[in-house]
Amino acid sequence: MTSFRTASEIGRTELGPRPLPALGVQRSATGLSVQDTVLDNGLRVIAVHQPTVPMVELRLRIPFAGTDPLHAAVAEVLASTLLTGTERRDRFAIDTDLALVGGELDASVDPERLAIAGNALASGFDTLLDVLADTLTGALHSEDEVGRERDRLVERIAVARSQPSVIAREALQRHRYGDHPFTREMPDAADVAVVTAQRVRELHAGAVLPRGSLLVLVGDVEPADAVARIASALAGWASDASAVELPPLPELSGGDLLFVPRPGAVQSQLRLSAQAVPRTDELYPALQLANLVYGGFFSSRLVENIREDKGYTYHARSSVEFTPSGATLLVESDTASDVTAPALLEMRYELGRLGVVPPTESEVDTVRRYAVGTLLISTGSQTGLASQLAAVAAYGLGMDWLVGHPARLAEVTADQIAEAARRFFSPPRYTGVIVGDVAQLPYLSALGGVRAE
Amino acid sequence: MPVTELNRFTLPNGLRVVVAPDPTAPVVGVSVHYDVGFRSEPQGRTGFAHLFEHLMFQGSESLEKLAHFRHVQSSGGTFNGSTHPDYTDYFEVLPSAALERALFLEADRMRAPKITEENLRNQVDVVKEEIRLNVLNRPYGGFPWILLPPVLYQTFPNAHNGYGDFSELEQADLDDCAQFFDTYYAPANAVLTVAGDVTVDQARELIDRHFGDVPHRPAPVRPSFSEPVPTSELRGEHLDPHAPLPAFAVGYRMPDPINELDGYLANLVLAAVLAEGDGSRLQQRLLHREPLVTDINAACGLFGPFEARDPDTFIVTAVHSPEVAQERVLTAVDEELDKLAAAPPSEQELAKVTARWVAGLHREHDRLIARTLAFGSLELLYGDPGLVHQLPERISAVTPDAVAAAAKALRPDARAVLTVTPAGGDQ
Repeated sequence: MTSFRTASEIGRTELGPRPLPALGVQRSATGLSVQDTVLDNGLRVIAVHQPTVPMVELRLRIPFAGTDPLHAAVAEVLASTLLTGTERRDRFAIDTDLALVGGELDASVDPERLAIAGNALASGFDTLLDVLADTLTGALHSEDEVGRERDRLVERIAVARSQPSVIAREALQRHRYGDHPFTREMPDAADVAVVTAQRVRELHAGAVLPRGSLLVLVGDVEPADAVARIASALAGWASDASAVELPPLPELSGGDLLFVPRPGAVQSQLRLSAQAVPRTDELYPALQLANLVYGGFFSSRLVENIREDKGYTYHARSSVEFTPSGATLLVESDTASDVTAPALLEMRYELGRLGVVPPTESEVDTVRRYAVGTLLISTGSQTGLASQLAAVAAYGLGMDWLVGHPARLAEVTADQIAEAARRFFSPPRYTGVIVGDVAQLPYLSALGGVRAE
Repeated sequence: MPVTELNRFTLPNGLRVVVAPDPTAPVVGVSVHYDVGFRSEPQGRTGFAHLFEHLMFQGSESLEKLAHFRHVQSSGGTFNGSTHPDYTDYFEVLPSAALERALFLEADRMRAPKITEENLRNQVDVVKEEIRLNVLNRPYGGFPWILLPPVLYQTFPNAHNGYGDFSELEQADLDDCAQFFDTYYAPANAVLTVAGDVTVDQARELIDRHFGDVPHRPAPVRPSFSEPVPTSELRGEHLDPHAPLPAFAVGYRMPDPINELDGYLANLVLAAVLAEGDGSRLQQRLLHREPLVTDINAACGLFGPFEARDPDTFIVTAVHSPEVAQERVLTAVDEELDKLAAAPPSEQELAKVTARWVAGLHREHDRLIARTLAFGSLELLYGDPGLVHQLPERISAVTPDAVAAAAKALRPDARAVLTVTPAGGDQ
């Protein structure tokens, strides 16, 4: 018979607690060669040489806003049929050509833009570009493919709308922005059902445009060579018109949280939001660090409180969402139904506390090193760098912003972070939604600042 | 991936170590794989391996509760852990200046984790919220990884729910924790991996310094989890209160991933021939030519390939409209398997699969953390972290006949079919 130690015996040794080792000397990342240029057709191309693996990562972002009530539905079908056939290749030939060079292309659309992401072995870069150019200039959006994708989309929308996270997101968008086109992240099934191939082709001709769009290429190709090959492959993609940007969003102001009942829910989705500032604003680095202290990573006040102390949740976080005209803060958590109101109380408490009990020196050191270190880690891979770069470049910035950001973070003072905390995290600035079991509503109403739909 | 030089050694206490220096970026990855997953948890304690993973973050002799997270993050790094059928991993990726700190954190909890009643109760609550989030409150929660095994498998280790029943999680006590730790978390039952911006000499010295005095305990004898292959088609149904569309998962037994690696790789290629990309057999037919399904997939392993020992599962999943009878889709799957069994796939079909696999491996392992974890899990499961570098060649060597043979082995009379039936009122 084996005998086991007790938990308290396991937790101590003869030597006792040991000191935490100090940090060593940090080597900095080596510089990357970059080209950032605008082609004759108006497409901005950023190419970065990062030969860590023999691959290329491509991100194309085409501003793709529309005010037509059916725009979201037509755009969704367009994205679904973009890679389903041209004069030169049918759907299966596209897949074959890409697969033989280890490649993939995928199209998706949101209220702001049509995004095409792809990758391939570096030896197949020209094939990847050829397929991309072929679909941008020659996608047929055939009756057959439009019909099939339309039917699948209707089913996929039903599946997506049964997800509590999607229900909460749609409710939040409506509550924040009414019927602004920005809210149409997923079209209605009824709208999708009436989309015709003709409508899709018209939208493609009028909106899939290089001028004002962005292509990021990261990988095992010299930047000048990459730009030349992209320019050559996409020379036939041209128009004098510019891709369409989303109209500005209204500024958010604080107000009641909207309660959205969801029958059968065993968990509630809490989503709070307030106006913030984008990366181009001089206050942004302080905002970024204040947000980390609040709920932006695991060692934040919010997570340590409602997860590690109280066990209300597995998932709690706050983040900055970038929008065409600015930025917002989003605070989110999913909690057990019976602690919905207590969780909201703590979320608001921590919002208020961030302003009146500002981040300590230790908290400031932690978030600063975390922000710098995770940027280093996430840009260390081709996929991470391509995605990060596309995200900042879509708002007019470039590689120099990413490279210079650690220095900006280093310069932020504790006072500036405290000021950002007071300014952006004050509880009355927040609005939002709660999705959950209606039995929780009386408790939420008792807290105040929550109203039913 | 460019071949990384791999250095392997074993400390006197039995800890196996893999060091993979790569100076490309000034960051390091550190992982510890323990040779215990949810297949090893005791009856009456479903979900315990995963709960215990949470507890390993709750402090150790030198580290108060929350200190682990704070030390990693204040060094500019990120961390996580995850529980698999046959192992549990813990990992950090950090700027290389923090390497010694990461080794200290892992060594301290390998030596003396501080498991308290208060933290146990708190983490039971957190795990219950994780299960509500990922399973109970969403459509297709636990599909197929929780729902399929009890239909395909008969024995507790293979069949039970690795997330656990709430009542059994609530019953877990400190003695369960102590016994589990002493049995399975011995250094001789673990693999430490360090990859990235480090030299072998530097890594060796720091590893000796921090892990050298973790006392030896014998590694437990690893039981076999093998069980007979089904001799008929097994059926199960799950009523999903949130799902809008019917779905099903078909589970087949497949070759032993460790001892029949070539047969296993033929199944990986088969999965891609069936359902990877628009041109694959099942996608081409069931999504495009005679659209019967909303989604169809084929995969090896409930969590992906190279994750488990024998027995492992080949899975086909589909989501379809209620107007389409399940039998129609299943018949189509069987017909495509029969076709492949009778006439092997073309060289071009295999060339497509191979190129995508090679590219996918490059892409995945370009992320330092994925590379670190791959070295660690392959050392643990195969005793060979260098398999990471050999996989592209091994996959390219799979022949059309081997894929045909793999297809032939997926028989309707030796499989499980789990049906998900929408049973909600919340549409």
